[in-house]
Parts: sequence; structure tokens; C-alpha cells
Amino acid sequence: MATYIQIDPTQKLDPFKSVKKLPLEEYFTSGHRTCQGCESALVMKMMAKAAGPRSIILGSTGCMYVANTTYYSTSWVVPWMHTQLGSSGSAALGTSAALKVLMRKGKIKNEPINVIAFCGDGGGADMGVGAISATLTHAEYNSLILMYDNESYANTDIQLSGSTPWGANTTFSSPGKVKRIMHRRWKKNMAGMMAAGHPECKYVATICMSYGLHGMNSIRKALAIGGPTFIHSLDPCPKGWDYDPYLSHEMGELAVNSGVWPLYEVENGLLRLTGRTEQIAAGKIRRVPVRDYLLKQGRFAHFTNDDIDYFQSKIDDMWEKWLIPGVIPFRRDVEADTPPSS
Amino acid sequence: MATATYVEEQRSTDKTALITGSEAIAVACKLADVDVITAYPIRPYDTVMQYICKLVANGEMDCEYIVAEGEHSQFEIVKHASACGARVFCGSSGVGWMYAMEALTVTPALRIPMVAMVGNRALDDPGAFGVEHNDALTVRDLGWQLVWVDSAQEALDTALIAYRVSEDRRIFLPCAISCDGAFLTHSQALVKVPSQEKVNEFLPRYNRADLLLHPDNPITVAPQGNEDWVMEIRRQNYAAMERSSLVLKEAYADFERIFGRSYGNPFFEEYETEDADIVLMGMGTLSTPVKVAIRQMRKAGKRVGFVRMRWFRPFAAAELAKSLGRFKAVGVIDRDYSFGSPYMSGVLTTEVRSALYSAPGSKPPVLGFIAGLGGREVTVPDVEKVANSVYEAADGKSQPLTQWIGLRE
Repeated sequence: MATYIQIDPTQKLDPFKSVKKLPLEEYFTSGHRTCQGCESALVMKMMAKAAGPRSIILGSTGCMYVANTTYYSTSWVVPWMHTQLGSSGSAALGTSAALKVLMRKGKIKNEPINVIAFCGDGGGADMGVGAISATLTHAEYNSLILMYDNESYANTDIQLSGSTPWGANTTFSSPGKVKRIMHRRWKKNMAGMMAAGHPECKYVATICMSYGLHGMNSIRKALAIGGPTFIHSLDPCPKGWDYDPYLSHEMGELAVNSGVWPLYEVENGLLRLTGRTEQIAAGKIRRVPVRDYLLKQGRFAHFTNDDIDYFQSKIDDMWEKWLIPGVIPFRRDVEADTPPSS
Repeated sequence: MATATYVEEQRSTDKTALITGSEAIAVACKLADVDVITAYPIRPYDTVMQYICKLVANGEMDCEYIVAEGEHSQFEIVKHASACGARVFCGSSGVGWMYAMEALTVTPALRIPMVAMVGNRALDDPGAFGVEHNDALTVRDLGWQLVWVDSAQEALDTALIAYRVSEDRRIFLPCAISCDGAFLTHSQALVKVPSQEKVNEFLPRYNRADLLLHPDNPITVAPQGNEDWVMEIRRQNYAAMERSSLVLKEAYADFERIFGRSYGNPFFEEYETEDADIVLMGMGTLSTPVKVAIRQMRKAGKRVGFVRMRWFRPFAAAELAKSLGRFKAVGVIDRDYSFGSPYMSGVLTTEVRSALYSAPGSKPPVLGFIAGLGGREVTVPDVEKVANSVYEAADGKSQPLTQWIGLRE
């Protein structure tokens, strides 16, 4: 059979065996100005460590650009370039295409170089979703697009994005005397959408860096598999979610253990629930009530019991009624959605 | 051996081809061995991408040919490819160019070399495929080098010059080549296609050197600068654009030496100006009806000349003012508008007035004319009407500073 797609070789990136076996070298170091307890900065650090030195990283506008990458004090040890808010997909594609053609023409040394473009949820789930989608259809270009999702436009003053959970208090959805719930949209299912909509994309995963080894190994797998790949990382944000910074790690664990944030990967079309989520699905551990997760965050402080129950019912639906629980929201039966009056 | 000789001969001999303005630029991309090209459909520029597609499919050109999902991505993809050392080509028309506006802003700001074709087209609404220059002119303040060409030959030659200047380390700014929609993008003419050997002699390899984004050169590109450094960075772009005139002159001189074709003054073309009383000015294919009208008016004893602005950015203000000082009055025909501008004139008129104001020497009156919008034909009688008004101004009779020509009442 003819070869239609020419995928260039990738780096061999075996999974890290344990935290103790991690390389000591850091490729994202001091110099950034992110908030105390910022999980997204941790994602950057882990991502760079997982990818290693032969990498080019593109950063879309957002916290990890504005707060993270300052002139004269860059924290990046690997080559890094800014890209526009909606351009993570285009940046990955353009960089990968340049490397491919320059190597083919002998203009630069032929070697596998990791290309990673990251974006926040505003840059990814809102503005850049078209470009990311396009890049995931260009099967011959190796790249990883990593969306670090802190569930708001956190750098610009915490405004809601398409990835902000229902009801959350942001500066664009702050509750008032008459209306309690100003954000009435449900969070976009980005990873599921990318996996379902791009059959040639070989790897899509969700991660949370509260489970660092899992996250890093997902990144290594995404880079090694070839072609365009996508990872959606949920990053607790002390400023945007309004909790004490020391709780960041715990907040990520609660998101996973409450079933709000399912961990899974779709590798060559094969779906696998991973980490704690796999154990939840197998009935080995029970989901923590969503209340325990929500009430630790100031952004849900205005919730009534009805609101919490509604949130819980939507998460229950996700696990009990979705055709592929936690991943794809197709249903077998039609049911009315009745949110509490706001 | 016979084959090798034939191939060598093919490579070293100029050929003549009957091609459109769009195709001429596609051929220039092939000769320049462009590495990454992104396409997205919008008329009339997109014919260039259709020709490039064929060149790639026929094995005549080796590049990454990527069909993007919108103009914003189209320009962002090549911006990033250029940062990694790839020679790139892109283009758009009308509102497509506007859709790419954010990418068009950051490309010169980042000092990214790029050559783009603008198939000039009226902006929406209402929809129109015909030419207007407002699309390309929107980037005039941002660091794009902007050139208007009026023939397929000039399109091909200028594309090669654009690569050379854009990728010159002293410049590192993008360059947009404006081709009037339909009148140039879709009109065929005989074009001398230069040999690969000559192009190779003229056009050095793109070398980003210490600015290359590569693991061997782990730099951080475009971090958050804030109020600390933005002003100094802007000043560097200013200096690059200031150097562009010099580098353009060098490139045109070398072009003449290698290809044997001269464009005279690189920045503007003068036609029948030597003994002219008054001159008309404009950009792009407006030159065709204007030159015909001038030949007719000269038969009637009217000494009218024409100055066609080729390079709009950098704008050769001093040279232009020196040239225009020779005439009794100037009439600038804009194929664009700038609502609310000084005297409600078009963009070129305002720039010409500005160039004259601070120049030493004689300052002829400058009348502005808005014509040919949305692809409306500018006819020979239109041009004569313009010339008559300019003559009146030359004779000291008061004339409106801005007039619309060819407008239905």
C-alpha cells in the first residue's frame, strides 16, 4: 500500500519508572513570577523535564506567558517562543513543518526534535480551538499541544472561559443581589472533543499534576508516538479558585477523586481510563462527594445546597449515563436538564 | 550526458512564459526554493496558491504546502516556520487579510522575515471581488514593507527582491507585494522567467544565525517585555525600516547587474515627467489607463506626466518631494479611502502631502482623487477629468482638495 503520510522519527522517551528515577536536569527553572501554589507553573516544569533538552516549546498568551516568561529573566532553558492567544495549534504546526522541510533539504541536522505548544483554557478551549483542531488533522507533523486548564482567564483578572465550571464566581460572572448564578454554561469537554473529532490523532490524554509521574509519562508518550497529539491538564489555581495556596495539590486530588476530572488516554484510538479514575470506574474506590471539592473553593462560596446537588447530579450523569463514562457525553436516553433557578 | 547538458541549459537560460500576476509570484516562490507555504481560499489572491499546489504536485517545487483553517492560522504558521529558519510565503485578500490582522501585527514586531502577496480586494461589506487598496494599507504603520506592482514581470522580479530584502539581517521585516485584484492577479502577460542560476546568485540562503529557534541555540523569543523595554524594541524596528531604503537600493542594483533588467528608481516610476507641467500619481494597475490617457493628452499638447508609487513602505519622502517640486500641480488618484482623514482624502494623497510639507523647495498643490473603488474601471476620460482639474489648480484656480471620480450621481 502506498504511504500517504510521512511521519518523521521521534525521540525514544520511555516512561519514568518512579519519582526517584527522574533526571535531575531542569529545563524550566527560576525567573518566573507565577503565584504561590501555581499548578500551571508546575506543569511547565514537569513538561520540560519530561521532554528533555532537544525540544522547542511554544507558549501561547496566558499566565504561562505573561507571568512566566519575562524579558531578561526567562525561566526557559530550552528554546521558547511566544505565540498568540489563539495560535498554539498554528505555532506547533509551523514549527514542526519548518523542522521537517529544513531537515529534508539538508539545511539543518536531521534529528528528532520535540515540538510542544502550550495554551491556557482561554487560548485553547475558547480562541484557539479551531487552530488546535486543524493541527490535529495534519498527521504528518509531530507535535504536542498541551492545554493547561486553570478554568479561567487567570492572568487578566479571572474571567470565565469556555472551560470554567458551571456557576463559578469569576469577575465576569460574579453573583449579585438578584442573580446568584451568572455563569450558566457547562465546561467544554476538550479532550473528549479532540479525541472523538480527530481520528488521525494518535494520542489524547487528560492529566493533573497532583499525579506528577502520570502526567510526565503521558507527555513522554504523546511526544514519542508521532504525529500531532493533545493533552488537557487540569491545574488548580489559588487565585482564580480562591483557596489557600498550600491546598493546590490536594485540590487536584479532589478533582480526580470526586470524578469531576476523569483521567484517561486515547492511544491509537484505544481508550484507557488511567490512575485513580480507573479505580473509580472499576468500583475499587468510591467517588468523593463533589461538595467536598466545591466548598473548599471561594469561587463556589455562593452555592446553595440546590446548586451543589445540581453539580453533583451532572457529575453522576457523567459517570452513570454517558455512553462512554467520563469521556463522551452521548446518551442512550433523552432526559430533561433542570438546573436550579438562579 | 546529452540530458545533463539540456538540464544545465534549462537551468541557466531565461525563458519567456505567458502567465498571470499570481502565477508569476508562484514561479518566484519556486525559484526562491521557498520552504513553507500556507494557503487559505479568498479571491483573488488565492490563484497563486492554486499554481503553487500544481508546482508541488508536479514535483517542480519541494516545500511544505499547508492548507490552513483560516487566515489567522495561515500567517501564524509561516511566522513560526520563519522563526525556525524556513523561507516562507503566504498571502491573502480583502477581509481575509483583516482576519489575519493579529498575526500581521506580531510578524514585523518580532522581526520575522516573510513574503506575502496581497491580491488587493475591496473590504466587506458589501461584498465585492474588485480591487481596493485598503486591505494592504491597514498594516502601513506596523513595520511591513509594502510594494505595489503593475505587471506580472514586476510581480515576479519584486518577489525575488522582497525575499532578499526581507531576509537581510539588517532588515528582518516582512514584505507584502500588492497585486491589484483581477487586473493583475488574473491577467496574463509575457514574462521573462529568469534562470535558477541567476536567482541563486541574486538570492542568498536565509540565515537567522543567533536568532534561530533551535535546541542548539536555546533562546527565548518574545517574552513579556512590559514598560521596561517596549520603547527600545520599537526603536529597533524603526531603525530596521529606516535601513530598508538602503538595502532596497542595493538589491535593485544587484538585480540589474544579474538579470539585466532595470527598474530605475526603485521607489517610484516616472512616466513622461521630463517636460511635464503637472503629474498624476497612483499605485498598481492604475498605470494602464493613466498612461494611455497621457499619450492622448500629449497629442493634444497637454504636458502631463505620471508618478507611480512602487514602494509605499518605506516611503521615499525626500526623493519624491524633490521630484514633485518640479511640477506646477499634483493629482493623486487613490484606489482607497480614509474616512475622516485630513481633507477626507485617500491614504496616498495624505502621505504625499505630508512628504511635501516638510521638504525644502517648491511645494506644488496636491489634489486628491478617489476612483476605481471596488474594482470599478478607471477610464481614460476619468483620467482626463482628473488632469483637467489639476491643470486648473496649476493655474491658481481653487479646486476641491478631494474629489470622487467615476461616481454615479
